[in-house]
Amino acid sequence: MNDHDNLASRAAFARGLISRRTAMMSAAGVGAAALLAACGSSGKNPTAGSATSAKKTAAAAQDMSDTEKVINWSNWPSYIDVDDKTKARPSLDAFTKQTGIKVNYTEDYNDNDEFYAKVRPLLDAGSDTGRDVWCSTDWMVARLIRLGYVQKLDLANIPNHANLEDALTQVTFDPGRLYSLPWQSGFAGIAYNPKATGGKKVESVDQLLTDPALKGKVTLLTEMRDTVGLVLMAMGKKIESFTDADFDAAIAELQKAKEAGQIKGFTGNDYTKPLASGDTAACFAWTGDVVQLRADNPNLGYTLPTTGCTLWSDNFVIPALAKHKKNAEKLINYYYDPKVMAQVVDYVNYISPVKGTKAILQVSDPSVSSNELIFPSADTLSRAHVFRGLTAEEETKYNRKFQALVTG
Amino acid sequence: MAVTTLTGAPVAAPRRARRGAAVPYLLLVPGLLWLVVFFVVPMVSLASQSLQTGDVDNGYTMTWNFATYADALSTYWPQLLRSLIYAGIATLLTLALGYPLAWFIAHRSGRYKNFLLVLVIAPFFTSFLIRTLAWQTILGDSGLLAQIALRTHTDFLLTGFKEGLKAVGLINNDQLLFSPFAVICGLTYNFLPFMVLPLYSNLERLDHRLVEAAGDLYASPVQAFRRVIWPLSLPGVVAGTLLTFIPAAGDYINSVLLGSTRTVMIGQVIDAQFLRVLDYPTAAALSFILMLIIVAFVITYVRRAGTEELV
Repeated sequence: MNDHDNLASRAAFARGLISRRTAMMSAAGVGAAALLAACGSSGKNPTAGSATSAKKTAAAAQDMSDTEKVINWSNWPSYIDVDDKTKARPSLDAFTKQTGIKVNYTEDYNDNDEFYAKVRPLLDAGSDTGRDVWCSTDWMVARLIRLGYVQKLDLANIPNHANLEDALTQVTFDPGRLYSLPWQSGFAGIAYNPKATGGKKVESVDQLLTDPALKGKVTLLTEMRDTVGLVLMAMGKKIESFTDADFDAAIAELQKAKEAGQIKGFTGNDYTKPLASGDTAACFAWTGDVVQLRADNPNLGYTLPTTGCTLWSDNFVIPALAKHKKNAEKLINYYYDPKVMAQVVDYVNYISPVKGTKAILQVSDPSVSSNELIFPSADTLSRAHVFRGLTAEEETKYNRKFQALVTG
Repeated sequence: MAVTTLTGAPVAAPRRARRGAAVPYLLLVPGLLWLVVFFVVPMVSLASQSLQTGDVDNGYTMTWNFATYADALSTYWPQLLRSLIYAGIATLLTLALGYPLAWFIAHRSGRYKNFLLVLVIAPFFTSFLIRTLAWQTILGDSGLLAQIALRTHTDFLLTGFKEGLKAVGLINNDQLLFSPFAVICGLTYNFLPFMVLPLYSNLERLDHRLVEAAGDLYASPVQAFRRVIWPLSLPGVVAGTLLTFIPAAGDYINSVLLGSTRTVMIGQVIDAQFLRVLDYPTAAALSFILMLIIVAFVITYVRRAGTEELV
């Protein structure tokens, strides 16, 4: 082998390659620019007068409910009654038996933002999502209504809507409940593991954010409305009517705790494992999770702060162009029967939005009906508040500030 | 086929040659189509997205807004740098762990070779998420490591280890979990097979007679490794480091589950910008910046390592 020859030819080849490559790259550059620009103009054009926040209305498809006896329902995982032995879903099966409508129940709703990212391109392009109904959290409902992605409910098909709990009838994001009806509700409050706090109780947001005994062992939620909402209320603000300045003050408070090393992280549902093991001493947590964690570990503490806790619901909504709207409304009506809702709540342990559920469970399962986290007292409910609906600009602005805190 | 071989050679030869010439290109078609649909198209739309302005409610328009890149870089350079550092450390650790392992499997494992290879891949039989969560169980305050130290009365070793980690800033307080240390552990563990497999396939082909020859020429084992084995194994090392470093730099699961507010990696920022803030241009710009850094790194690295066989 002659190394010199080899090297020389390689260098020559490289020289040739480079000149050819640069030529190709400049040509490609021109082409790419045109392509990139084409992409932009083929994208969605802003609607005329984008400054007006006029509500868009969702398109309705021709309703196939009478000919096609099906409903496609997307819901969160482990969020409906399941027979532990047969893995069947008794309440759904009973509905099919009663009405002859088959329900394709899919547990593909893991996270509001992720689900939104999944269906947005379809809704944006004006095509059917293949779903007739799903359950979105309050603030996502607000966004879906604003963008015209969900249809008005025909309450004539849902006579049982009169059973909706009074506390949930007036919400700022959907005045008059024209578009949404709650499926399950819950609180966000403070959970703590006495093993890791040294037996100490954690009773306020202030303590969570400043107590040196908890330093570096506190997690908060990535759900902005719960984390910022709890802090706002601890600062004496109303989450139904706070201002920009209030929001900034709450973020500053959180930033201070983060920089002091008090807060370890921000989590979704994944706070449960470290909390149970004691690696997390105290955290913001959701009631349903805590009821389930306590079944294994009765020592876990839970506080609904006296300053106030957030109340959220996941709500039935019917997307634009849903093919089986009437069937979906029949389904909602079915679950608004307290007897049926009692069956679901007995299994999932969240808060029922339907009046009369407690009376039924008092007979069938008193341990559930007496649980303060599932059937809160009037006193507790008076401390629970719903985060106000945000305009598009506010949502972007607040999300940006909150994410700068979380990932900054 | 039978017909062509039976007919006269002068007729058959050009026809066969013509058909033969088209075949390689036809074979390329599925691969090229795949690349165009799943690589080029998303890449172009990503590049386009990164230069647009607007918001979700009113749509996005192309405005050639390069300022997004400057803003994204000036805001998120610490997370970017941190990602590269964590990925770099994890890559070096996988190399340190993977090289002897690959050597052992290739040359010393005898009839257990296939079994050991299956063991290397075995973690892939469970999901990425579960594998990462396992580290919470191992590193937790009352986790596996702490339990073992307690039972064997070697807590002082663990305490000393923690002090050492604290001194170099890999943990913040007395917790092993939720620290840079835990994130790097997770990355190292999750990407180890990507290092071991290319190294194995390279080392397995190494001609043992070359090592013997080095010994015959009075090379010490260290010299034999440095002058013979290591240079010959470079293609495997380069392939392994690339396969480890690139996904590790963009990973965010490890940082979400094992890290803290002080270990945020660029993948988390992109996730937050894309899914939560709905600032698609910033998310696209950050993805592009990460990609450009990695491409630049790969080019310089491959050139300097001088492994033409690889490319």
